[in-house]
Amino acid sequence: MINLDNIHKSYPVGKSSLHVLKGIQLEIKEGEMVSIMGSSGSGKSTLLNILGMLDNYDEGTYTLDGTLIKDLSETKAATYRNKFLGFVFQSFNLISFKNALENVALPLYYQKVKRKERNKLALEYLEKVGLKEWAEHMPNELSGGQKQRVAIARALITKPKVLLADEPTGALDSKTSYDVMELLRKINREGITVIIVTHENDIAERTDRVIRLKDGRIISKEEVHV
Amino acid sequence: MFDRDKWQEILHTISKNKLRTFLTGFSVAWGIFMLIILLGSGTGLRNGVKDQFKDTASNSIWVFSNQTQLPYKGMKPGRFIRFTNQDYKMLSEDIPGIGESSGRFYIPGSSDVSYDGEKFDFGVRTVHPGHQYIEKTLTIEGRFINELDLQEKRKVASIGTLAKKALFKNKNPIGEYIKVKGVPFKVIGVFEDEGGENEQEVIYLPISTAQMVFNGQDRVHQLMFTVGDANIAESKEFEREIRNRLAETHHFDPNDQRAVRYWNNVEEFMKFQNLFDGIQIFIWVIGIMTIIAGIVGISNIMLIVVKERTKEIGVRKALGATPWSIISLIMMESVLITTVSGYIGLVLGVGLVELVSANMPPDSEFFKNPEVNFQVAITATVVLVLAGTLAGLVPARKAASIKPIVALRDE
Repeated sequence: MINLDNIHKSYPVGKSSLHVLKGIQLEIKEGEMVSIMGSSGSGKSTLLNILGMLDNYDEGTYTLDGTLIKDLSETKAATYRNKFLGFVFQSFNLISFKNALENVALPLYYQKVKRKERNKLALEYLEKVGLKEWAEHMPNELSGGQKQRVAIARALITKPKVLLADEPTGALDSKTSYDVMELLRKINREGITVIIVTHENDIAERTDRVIRLKDGRIISKEEVHV
Repeated sequence: MFDRDKWQEILHTISKNKLRTFLTGFSVAWGIFMLIILLGSGTGLRNGVKDQFKDTASNSIWVFSNQTQLPYKGMKPGRFIRFTNQDYKMLSEDIPGIGESSGRFYIPGSSDVSYDGEKFDFGVRTVHPGHQYIEKTLTIEGRFINELDLQEKRKVASIGTLAKKALFKNKNPIGEYIKVKGVPFKVIGVFEDEGGENEQEVIYLPISTAQMVFNGQDRVHQLMFTVGDANIAESKEFEREIRNRLAETHHFDPNDQRAVRYWNNVEEFMKFQNLFDGIQIFIWVIGIMTIIAGIVGISNIMLIVVKERTKEIGVRKALGATPWSIISLIMMESVLITTVSGYIGLVLGVGLVELVSANMPPDSEFFKNPEVNFQVAITATVVLVLAGTLAGLVPARKAASIKPIVALRDE
């Protein structure tokens, strides 16, 4: 599903540049659920941004579902993101002046799906994450776990190939964290590839494979044995 | 561009951010409101000053005789020049290019007017028929003084509307006799004059009759004439030619500026015309400054809006929003707000101007009928909306260039 070949990335820092990713070699198969771990500064966020087409890379190749993702125009990247990827963030990033249903329906708006159709689908996905009766609530009326579940529903509504989650449990307590992981696992079983960036071992243990990054290089990609 | 969903999206955003919308709109509404008020007042001032010129033809020149200042051919300065019928004849017959012309003979002493024993102190002017065009008197009943009256020295009079009201009340004045200094004159006409109350209390008599009856011989005190559509330089040329002719007849130095004096309405009117133009430019400068202030306001607020919405825009982009969809979202919101609030400012401004106009005392000088040139107002609104859009373009582009990674980074 995802193939990274010798990915390099540097950021300009003042007059010099900071080499963040130093030749990443990675393959993630369809239907896998992997976690990416590493301390801050290891390059895990940069890697996720590149995977999410939110940032360009300098060298190497990135293929997603057989499509080469390189030097995309902003518009093209937006279309691919919308088509291939779903995002889940640490701070949920729900739009505060839209209710749960509208938040979930938003990606379909950018696919030019009719309003009625959008709302119908959004309600279905809210039901899937167990929040059907919260559809009309505003984000500030929801708990952290509920917000993250709304965000997951929003990420899933476009039927993406890959779900990218950046510290999805970072702002949640353990109980809620495990519930969210449970949900992600359920989604994974439906055939969606899930990639989770985390720094918590107990979260990483709940995935199939842990990819550890250090100083811009992959130091291990071992399978998780429970 | 005009899909229903996008508008719903925009209306939704606006209704959820009422204070922000109000602040953005207010600066636009205020700018337009101020511009309308300024333009309205400017027009009021212009109308008021123009009104001062209604009385007299703006292309007329008046000639007055005076004392000589320079010695001439052995004659000492200080001689009084006295115009005669001969001078009027010269003016009306010998000078090419002159339109209407008239002389005036001043009746010596006070000239009280009476009818049926009731006395009034009205202005009495003795004139030629051309005077009606120079003073802009409009006959509404009967007729004005004509050539035949002058030739036959008829004792006839044309009276102003207010004089008629005072003398005759509701009676028909035509054919009645009024007495001027005890001499009966037959009323042949009533006239209207826009020059104010004084002008409507005037009594006009034929100059030849007056010279005869009031013992004036061939004396003329004042000459008046119109010069067609001559400009200032051409009107000065008339002044010079007439001065030369008069100098010849009355033996004074043609360079003597005092012997004959002019009141040149062409020149005076031009002075005011230039004043109007100055005021107009001033108003536009202020107006444009106000609009610029409005634009800067919009731009400023839109920048804050984009800043405030950075995260939201980042989320939208992560969810698949294209840069163009972000730009059009911000721009259309800005256009909608500017259009609606610009219209509100326009309506309020026009409303206030109309209110002032309706409640103006009718006899106010130098300020009359403030009004707004609607085309100008619409143009200003369109300009403001366009400028607002342009002002919104910078923040919108800034918004479109937001990198989702930066926007979504947790602080």
